[in-house]
Amino acid sequence: MIIIGGVLLYLGIARKMEPLLLVPIGFGVILVNLPLGGLMTTIVQGNEIEAYAVGGEPAGLISRIFRYGLAWEIIPCFIFLGLGAMTDFGPLIANPKTLILGAGAQFGVYFAFFIALLLGFTISEACSIGIIGGADGPTTIFLTNRLAPHFIGATAVAAYTYMALVPIIQPPVIKLLTTKKERAIYMKPQLRSVSKTEKILFPLIASIIIILLVPKSAPLIGLFMFGNLLRESGVTDRLADTAANAFMNILTILLGICVGCFMSAETFLKVDSLLVFALGVVAFATSTAFGVLLAKLMNLFSKEKINPMIGAAGVSAVPMAARVVQRMGQQANPRNFLLMHAMGPNVAGVIGTVTAAGIFIGMLT
Amino acid sequence: MAQERVEFPITGKIISVSVSQGSVVEEGDTLCLLESMKMENPILAPVGGTVVEINLSAEQVVEAGGLVAVIEY
Repeated sequence: MIIIGGVLLYLGIARKMEPLLLVPIGFGVILVNLPLGGLMTTIVQGNEIEAYAVGGEPAGLISRIFRYGLAWEIIPCFIFLGLGAMTDFGPLIANPKTLILGAGAQFGVYFAFFIALLLGFTISEACSIGIIGGADGPTTIFLTNRLAPHFIGATAVAAYTYMALVPIIQPPVIKLLTTKKERAIYMKPQLRSVSKTEKILFPLIASIIIILLVPKSAPLIGLFMFGNLLRESGVTDRLADTAANAFMNILTILLGICVGCFMSAETFLKVDSLLVFALGVVAFATSTAFGVLLAKLMNLFSKEKINPMIGAAGVSAVPMAARVVQRMGQQANPRNFLLMHAMGPNVAGVIGTVTAAGIFIGMLT
Repeated sequence: MAQERVEFPITGKIISVSVSQGSVVEEGDTLCLLESMKMENPILAPVGGTVVEINLSAEQVVEAGGLVAVIEY
């Protein structure tokens, strides 16, 4: 396991792959796998045990942060506040069609959910595994904690690892499903300019509609849209700036080290955890594939062709997935600049994944 | 000789400029690096040819639709 930690650190530091996630996670993995450190100690019925236990009283540094920050759902929800303050819904408002792509890319979530059920996982466990396909770390933690807390280490690590691996997992899937000609489809770089009023109204209207439809998504969607309102209102720049930068960084530090510390040999090297990892990548690859296929389907019915790759950005790894599409679009056709087009499905994907999580929780609790 | 105007697709800040007036570029070569949305975005040459006009410097803030370069081919 220490070697795995080392590999994550190498990928983060030397290869510069998502260092903000991989460095804390990698170091956490190393720390927790050194014997007798007691970082994850939990007291269960008067006995100290060296690993996190759902029912016990946390007594180690990391197990405490985990219990009161993550298990109490504070960190994942506030990360959404920061994400909201960083997100520009402009591309989505300018081209609402992309909302469909963001929803389409959630098919992978349901696909992996059914596969997990077939493999004999319980329905709650299957939900937690499926949601990895959304490539959304905080949502995965939020959902797993509600439905299958014993899996939280495996699903959280899987979600964050796959988010970091977006640039490696997505391109082969996209290439398999598109021809070079489709990838080269040119889209005008300029989107319609979106007025300030629209941008202020969007978080308000979106939270009202989504929370009324899927009440259990309220903690995540509520804070996400609140963060976005801070950004767009124009009068709370100080709050938006803190939410998007300083506060977000603090939460990332706490979350990263916690996730890493969940990869101890005894909890991680189990058949179940490895299966979660394998199903996670299936979920993620299917989400990418469905996004692309849906975009191709939309092209059959619309006059103005879209580049089908932007469907792949419907997974909610913001902005990694949009960046992959942008890079591949430029490779296929140097005139292409798909970044803003890909950001539409990308931010829609975040909403989609949170909604899917809300539906799962609503069904099962 | 035909000329092509290359325009900035989005607003951002120039990080570095890779070509200068008179440079010969191939299709897909990087003209400059633009920082936008906290990302480094290379702006590529849409055609191969000679750069006849480029007037950019690092740190400069540019608008979408602004001129990157004129390439003659």
